[in-house]
Amino acid sequence: MHRFANPNRFLRLGRAVLPWSAGLTVLCLAAGLYLALFVSPPDYQQLETVRIMYVHVPSAWMALFVYSSMAIASATALIWKHPLADLIAKASAPVGAGFTLICLVTGSLWGKPMWGTWWVWDARLTSVLILFFLYLGYIALNNAFDDPTRGAKASAVLALVGAVNLPIIKFSVDWWNTLHQPASVTRLDAPAVHSSMLWPLLLMALGFTLFYVTVLIFRVRSEIAAAKIRNIQLIEARE
Amino acid sequence: MFQTFRQIVLRDTRLALRQGLDAFMVVMFFVITVTLFPLGVGPAPNLLALMAPGVIWVAALLSTMLSLDRLFQHDYEDGSLELLLLTPAPLEVVVLAKISAHWLLTGLPLIVASPLLAVFMNMPSEGYLILVTTMLLGTPVSSLIGAVGGALTLGARRGGVLVSLLVLPLYIPLLIFGVSAVDAVLGGLSVKPHLLLMGAMLAAALPLSVWATAAALRQACE
Repeated sequence: MHRFANPNRFLRLGRAVLPWSAGLTVLCLAAGLYLALFVSPPDYQQLETVRIMYVHVPSAWMALFVYSSMAIASATALIWKHPLADLIAKASAPVGAGFTLICLVTGSLWGKPMWGTWWVWDARLTSVLILFFLYLGYIALNNAFDDPTRGAKASAVLALVGAVNLPIIKFSVDWWNTLHQPASVTRLDAPAVHSSMLWPLLLMALGFTLFYVTVLIFRVRSEIAAAKIRNIQLIEARE
Repeated sequence: MFQTFRQIVLRDTRLALRQGLDAFMVVMFFVITVTLFPLGVGPAPNLLALMAPGVIWVAALLSTMLSLDRLFQHDYEDGSLELLLLTPAPLEVVVLAKISAHWLLTGLPLIVASPLLAVFMNMPSEGYLILVTTMLLGTPVSSLIGAVGGALTLGARRGGVLVSLLVLPLYIPLLIFGVSAVDAVLGGLSVKPHLLLMGAMLAAALPLSVWATAAALRQACE
């Protein structure tokens, strides 16, 4: 971890990884979408609308995963004062907010034909909505200060405070009587999903994760460049 | 350590009472906001009784949020926050003292005002005691969570609105359980699980918020 505190070393790693992650993203998403939309069977009850699941579930997983990454990066920044951890968290936030929005919108589109309603205030939907607000609050707090390091540190504390929401989201379908269905894949016993649906789902999840990695590398690169520009401007202003 | 705690609570209380109108204004905001609802949705008694716990709780949370400005902002602006950071006592003790003073000055008046507002909202009288109990458990939690938000936004642009964006999502679980506790009593169901959960939130918020607020204050004054 401390090896990559040097931005240039991180940039070299990013340059090496980026073509692979971008290429694999395209491959996984293409294969996943083909399997999801054409090959996988229609559900016996939901028929073709079940195919929303192949976007809704991976984006939900990504929303949680990205927030966990942000929380870990924020903790790293606060504890070890790792210079790139702040940038990773800041770069991840809009991506995570986007995934959460996709999750909420596709869930709503799926809910109308399935449950008969666009929205219901059950535990999982409410806690994911809170997660979305936490993402937006993080972005707002980060940009609310003239000094970017102050903004980064404040939002790091906020990310850690909001991390208490993650187990609530995960276990909300177990703790409360919710309309949203309980966990079918990430359980202690085997997944309750047939392989003809499980493989496209996992492939889409992998594609989304690689997409996140690709976009993260782009965004951290531009954050590092922005920091360099700010330093140059400060030096010039001093002279 | 207890000396420092006591002195900071006394200091904050004295300052707030000297300014006189502050706590009173928070309670007036509470009363006026709750009054707006019957005027807005019409005086139908059944409708008001249904809405009463939720409206009173939301208004209480909004009032607490508006009063967070007074917690750290004034001290930050005139430099006394930096001096408070330099006391030999742990910063967490200082933070806990300030939050306690804040609760005494804003939370307690809100709790005292809530039965009156329950009358305005036509809440059945069985609900008064549980309303006061849930607010007794819940307003300290709202002061604690609000302190985290207040400390994080010191020196930010548009700090007032930003605090609300940060703090209101974190208030949502508190709101849900506070209202469902009152609804449980009004509906004849058991209230114990709700009260236990709110107690758990208070027990968790006490150490965690104080710690997070202290961390945020240290960064604000670097």
